[in-house]
Amino acid sequence: MTLVKIDKSNWVGGLTAAADAYRLYGPVKEKDYHQFKALEKDQMPDLDMVNTRLSPKALLFPQSEDMLEYSLDESRDDHHIMKEVEKDYAPRAVVGIRPCDAKSTLLVKLNFDTPDVKDPYWLKAYEATTFIGVACDTPLSTCFCTTAGCGPYNAEGLDILVMERDDDFLAKIFTEKGKAFADIAGWDQSCPEEADAYMNGKQAAEARIVSTIETGNLSETDLLELHTASFWDDIAFSCINCGTCTFSCPTCWCFDIQDEVHGKSGVRMKNWDSCMFPIFTVHTTGHNPRDTKTQRVRQRFMHKLKYFVDKYEAGIMCVGCGRCVSQCPVNIDIRRVCEQMNSFKPADACAVQG
Amino acid sequence: MVGYTEKIKEIAGRLLKECTVDMVIGFRKGTMPMMNEPCFATTPEAVDTLVWDSNCGINLANYLTNRKEKVAVVAKGCDSRNIVTHIIENKIKRDQITIIGIPCTGMIDKRRITGLVAGEILDVSETENTIKVRTADAETLFDKAEVLQQNCALCTHRNPVIFDEMVADAIPEQEVTDRYADIRKIEEMDTEGKWQFFDDLLRPCVRCYACRNACPLCYCPTCFVDEAKPQWMGKGQDPMDVRTFHFLRAYHCAVRCTDCGACERACPVGINMRLLTRKLEKDCQEQFGWEAGLSLDRRPALDVYQANDPGAFIK
Repeated sequence: MTLVKIDKSNWVGGLTAAADAYRLYGPVKEKDYHQFKALEKDQMPDLDMVNTRLSPKALLFPQSEDMLEYSLDESRDDHHIMKEVEKDYAPRAVVGIRPCDAKSTLLVKLNFDTPDVKDPYWLKAYEATTFIGVACDTPLSTCFCTTAGCGPYNAEGLDILVMERDDDFLAKIFTEKGKAFADIAGWDQSCPEEADAYMNGKQAAEARIVSTIETGNLSETDLLELHTASFWDDIAFSCINCGTCTFSCPTCWCFDIQDEVHGKSGVRMKNWDSCMFPIFTVHTTGHNPRDTKTQRVRQRFMHKLKYFVDKYEAGIMCVGCGRCVSQCPVNIDIRRVCEQMNSFKPADACAVQG
Repeated sequence: MVGYTEKIKEIAGRLLKECTVDMVIGFRKGTMPMMNEPCFATTPEAVDTLVWDSNCGINLANYLTNRKEKVAVVAKGCDSRNIVTHIIENKIKRDQITIIGIPCTGMIDKRRITGLVAGEILDVSETENTIKVRTADAETLFDKAEVLQQNCALCTHRNPVIFDEMVADAIPEQEVTDRYADIRKIEEMDTEGKWQFFDDLLRPCVRCYACRNACPLCYCPTCFVDEAKPQWMGKGQDPMDVRTFHFLRAYHCAVRCTDCGACERACPVGINMRLLTRKLEKDCQEQFGWEAGLSLDRRPALDVYQANDPGAFIK
């Protein structure tokens, strides 16, 4: 792990140099919000942002991604044969990703990269990407990363983490991928003497996270008791079953596969899906095992705060970015739900049921 | 609207205590500035969580669809017009509901206010005519009239058109001289200009359907965008599919939309899809003299044929 100092001019120069070897992505302000976009030539990532509207998960897991293509034209020899869509997996780098979003990449990886099943599209994009994080020194009041297994200087999922100061950046390089990027960018001014400054920055930033959750009881709480807890109707009442929470969430990974045909050419694509949508679980028979709003809302929170916890033993499926909290049209707040789930006592449920 | 909260609690508590209703639907204080959460109370004690202020922009008629129990609902002018529409469309029965009417002085535009101050908003408080916004570094005072949602600034039905209880005396309706200045500007564009305008308007859409789902009119058991047999449209991010969704949804709301603003308010990416519904509202008013949800006794303009209906479009 190396600590290097980057002058502000060298930041711009380094990224400009790196743009020859990497396709660069970064936060860009469009209309009222920041979003992650491919950077134009000489365009710099806008670090003056706290959280992008949508998470950068789309860089590895686009909202709509063509996987296979085919022709229905029977005069062609290859008609009705599925072929891989050609893609560009040349090296790319995300510059300005926040530590919460970077950590979420590892949580998503648990699903897309298992011993049995691997999602080639996600994995190839992941392997092609270098993640250059920017430490979060001015968090929002909705950020609760430090109690969601993450933090404003959390290194998980990052190749480099950059701390911005008035005159320069301090960059901590964690991986070979990060070192390769720093070499190309010419970020080589080692500065071990700044280690304390970096640590101080980290501690100060962590102290600025004022919103917290408690998750300690989730894993030992009985799953079925929690599932039948009496609070779900109250939590779900206001939900309108839109996809805002799941689409803005950096850890939500569900998708749907669709075929689309125009004329005689077709593609098989994957699209983001949402457990909030009634059709998410509807069977071809018409039966829907999660037919009610309460069932769907419960699924979302049980998945993030219970099933995931039990299955992977890697904490909760949430990094505390606060996007769902601030964007939910009806103000369903995962922090409040987590509190109810974590403080739930099965005895209460028995009393209610009894 | 200061003081409405206590009155709502009093009415709601009484209705539950006297078993007039099984449930009261209202708002509770949100966890975020400028956000309240729709909620329900089924016991007189539970009404203590109910609140009212200028952050109750979600249309509670949306929570009445197909309910079977006896329900009381807190309703602004626009909500009450959607309740009328719900009754006309048989989504709820008049004798099932007790409407707690709110003479509404408007909801504040959280997106606009967020854009007007620097830094994260930590707290917003209000008096009758002012809105105080606090960030870490500053406090800013706005006239409420300056920061209303656009639909509230243009509203001419602030008082409920149908109610069983009122939390306060009716307030004077606003004199709005021109509801459609922005719509006319679009009407005057040439084809290319309109194409660009709508392309720009709808490009940020992620098809989360928050607009549709916040809308009390959108109660179809299966929306046309979700139909699989036959599948009417693609489910990806093809701009043509995104536009089809928005334009068709707007047409489904023609003669029914009350411009409550719930769709725009709910949108996570700030799309003003009300431009589409208001164009149709304008047409309905000009062609049929129709405003949605004002009376239980009149069939909606597109439900009935009348001899004097405009026919100039028939060639």
